[in-house]
Amino acid sequence: MSDIIINVQNVSKSFGGVQANTNVTMQVETGGITGLIGPNGSGKTTLFNSIVGYHPIDGGSIQFEGQEISKLPVQQIARRGLLRTFQQTRIYGAMNGIENMLISLPHRKMKIWDALKTYTREDYERADHLLEFVGLYEKRMLKSGDLSFGQQKLLEFAMALMNEPTCLLLDEPTAGINPTLINGLIDRLKRANTEFGITLFVIEHNMRVIMNMAETIYCLAHGELLAQGTPDEIQNDQRVIDAYLGAH
Amino acid sequence: MDQILGNIGLLFEFPVVNLKIVLDGIMVGALFALAAYGLALVWGVMNVKNLAQGDFVISGGYVSWYLVQNGFPALLGVPIAFIVMWGIGWVVYKLVISRVIERDLFTSLLATFGLAIMMAQILNLLFGSDTQSVDLGYDVLYFFDGFIDVPIAKLIGVLMASALAAGVIIFMKSSRMGQAIRATAQDARAARVMGIDTEKVYAFTFSLNSAICGAAGAIIVMVWVIQPFYGISYSIRAFVIVTAAGLGNLPGVIAAGLGIGALEQYGAHIFGIGYQQAIAVMLLLLVLLVRLIQQRRNRQVLK
Amino acid sequence: MAKNKTILYAAILAFTFIAPFAFPAFGTQLATLWLMIIVALTWDMTGGQMGYNSLGNIFFYGTGMYVAALISIGMVYDIGDYTNAAGGGIYKFTDLQYFGGLALGVLGAGLFCSVVAVVIGYLTFGLRGPYFAIGTLGVAIAAGELVSNWDWVGGGQGIALPVYPGDLDTGKIFFYFLFAAVGVSTFLFAKWLYGTRFGAAINAIRDDEEKADAMGIHTLRYKLYTWAMAAFFVGLAGGISAFQLIHFEPLESAYQTINLGIFMVVCVLLGGKGTLWGPVIGAILFHLFKEVTWNYLLGWQWVALGALIVVTVVYFQDGVMGYLMHRYPELFGIKVDEKTREEVA
Ligand SMILES: Nc1ncnc2c1ncn2[C@@H]1O[C@H](COP(=O)(O)OP(=O)(O)OP(=O)(O)O)[C@@H](O)[C@H]1O
Ligand SMILES: [Mg+2]
Repeated sequence: MSDIIINVQNVSKSFGGVQANTNVTMQVETGGITGLIGPNGSGKTTLFNSIVGYHPIDGGSIQFEGQEISKLPVQQIARRGLLRTFQQTRIYGAMNGIENMLISLPHRKMKIWDALKTYTREDYERADHLLEFVGLYEKRMLKSGDLSFGQQKLLEFAMALMNEPTCLLLDEPTAGINPTLINGLIDRLKRANTEFGITLFVIEHNMRVIMNMAETIYCLAHGELLAQGTPDEIQNDQRVIDAYLGAH
Repeated sequence: MDQILGNIGLLFEFPVVNLKIVLDGIMVGALFALAAYGLALVWGVMNVKNLAQGDFVISGGYVSWYLVQNGFPALLGVPIAFIVMWGIGWVVYKLVISRVIERDLFTSLLATFGLAIMMAQILNLLFGSDTQSVDLGYDVLYFFDGFIDVPIAKLIGVLMASALAAGVIIFMKSSRMGQAIRATAQDARAARVMGIDTEKVYAFTFSLNSAICGAAGAIIVMVWVIQPFYGISYSIRAFVIVTAAGLGNLPGVIAAGLGIGALEQYGAHIFGIGYQQAIAVMLLLLVLLVRLIQQRRNRQVLK
Repeated sequence: MAKNKTILYAAILAFTFIAPFAFPAFGTQLATLWLMIIVALTWDMTGGQMGYNSLGNIFFYGTGMYVAALISIGMVYDIGDYTNAAGGGIYKFTDLQYFGGLALGVLGAGLFCSVVAVVIGYLTFGLRGPYFAIGTLGVAIAAGELVSNWDWVGGGQGIALPVYPGDLDTGKIFFYFLFAAVGVSTFLFAKWLYGTRFGAAINAIRDDEEKADAMGIHTLRYKLYTWAMAAFFVGLAGGISAFQLIHFEPLESAYQTINLGIFMVVCVLLGGKGTLWGPVIGAILFHLFKEVTWNYLLGWQWVALGALIVVTVVYFQDGVMGYLMHRYPELFGIKVDEKTREEVA
């Protein structure tokens, strides 16, 4: 059990009449990269939202590091080291890149009086380093609201790394990224996993990307778990192929 | 405290007092509902929260009062206030409102707050700060051995308010402009694509709101009193009602309006007339709190 | 650059000291100017820096008045008897009782307002945008109405405090310096706070609160502390006002929602929201405008003020500082230069 970091058991969630998730069960292994795929509207983002406490779930249980988190509010879950990025990228648009990074320093390690201090030189260096890591160092003094969508996506990823999470949920990290940059991004995601030791749980529509990265992949369709397995198994699963074809 | 308990006791000792309170509440509530409907209309169509709502009401009251002072028959005051306030609403729209539509909500709130201060002060300079009313000179009907008194003027007021509400509803349902307004409320950009001149719709909507408020004010001056600075309490009541009922929910607005009216009358009966303003505001806080708790259960906030 | 700044600060401080002696006829106006600066600076803590636009900060001003008055009276007499007599002359205060009561009263007012801010904030910070503005406005109006029906604290009549024990002019200068001291402290406090991680956190809440939540920032805690800090300074200012005015009543002077309550917002918008100097500049401009209209527009001054509010909000919302930043960005270090970061760090 100890090598399972997120344990989702029979989770259901509906919005009025729309059943977005039905009895979903899945596990994310500690230290690995797990993928989540499914046609548009299959309930992937909804599941992420449920895990990070964005809305209450109708039934089931969600455990993080062995503890029940399905009743906790968003901030408390985040402070346990379970972080998410948004599908509709969210950054602090009025601030520049550096400020965005600094404000993302982990608050869970912070005592309230630490808030009354200023940032240290190490904080700045870390911010620079991570901006360099995602390739935004040159743009760091620009108002981040003026960055392109793809750049904002990268900035949000860097901000998440700044927060030193144990586990990171990424909602379509390659959406809007220039295809020629995607290989570089895959490489960075993998390095975040191996070098920084962050467990990744990734929603992705780009099959090449997810097959390339993930060790285990779950596939949702119509809010229900359709299939799970290694990239090879998923690629050859007739139900998955049908679901994707049938959705178009 | 004894007085409060005594007042509550009175309600049980003479149940017919309840009837009087509820009746009074429905009468005031009907007029609150008109102002609230206008607020919801403007809020829904152009996303402007008008804190000067109550001052449009009071202005309408003064239009009617002024006419009566100059020899016009009192009942004519209502349609004329409707027309005059339509014009004033249009001017206000062109000068102020049209420039805050695309801005954030606090901008419209603050701009209309400034407008409210201006309107109240202008009324004060023009007509003085005394309370004013128009006496229709009709009889008072008595029921239950005189326990319940219903001035005919109030009955006429309620009838006119209902007629106005019915007129507006029919207009919104069946006229082309009404349909354009509803389309714009749903999705302004789509409406524009469909060839609706949203600028015209906005101007019309705000003028209509102003006119509804004006007519309501003209009715109010016949059954109660008005004063230049009474506007804010009507604005607050309109907000209470819309917050409780939600936008685009006309039956809800009417029900909430009548309910708030009745609650206020009960409050005034129990705590004394000095608390009337306080009760209106406390109701606002209460409604916000209830909505907040509802939202918190869904881990959402009230925005 | 740093040297210029020091000179600027020194000059302002020197002017602060000299002003009441140089312009003795304007003693009260200058004190009021400091009051405006205090309430504008504190409004901007939540409004400009944190994105929560309160229309009810005047609540802390009025509450500060009452708390200060009640503490200073209660230390010497029975409050119910005192307010019953409505200023009837038998209640005398010695110098010690006056100044002791003033000191404890004003401080108590600040602390009390902080605590109340946390309690009210706990309920109202679930409201966003217009609901927050209207909810806080409701709190202020409700407080005024309830207090004016509460006979123990003087009801609609309000409270009359003892007169400053000394001659009139010394009294004016005394209150001027009290306001100036609180004003300077508020400014320095804000200047320090905005430079800390705390300041960054409340800016994050302003820019995107949901994101801040998702990043694990204790958003509610920051919001409560910020409002409590603002309330503290407003409470102090209210306490001082109570003694300066001598007699105050609930609706017109304490919980004056449509006067000072809205002026503070206009000051901030006029000067520039979310900046350190904006509220100060705005307060000065607004105060000048107000004094001029009060003297020359007999009767119509209120209409002019309403118009100023509308015009500011509709046409000049970024204020003086916003205009300058837009016009001369290099003055504010907004550039894409390699060197700037070194300076910042
Ligand atoms: N807040 C909400 N209110 C109502 N319905 C919602 C809400 N959020 C999601 N839904 C519905 O739930 C279903 C699942 O949506 P979800 O966003 O989880 O899909 P998804 O798998 O992330 O799709 P995509 O690949 O397009 O991002 C959809 O039918 C959507 O309309
Ligand atoms: Mg999604």
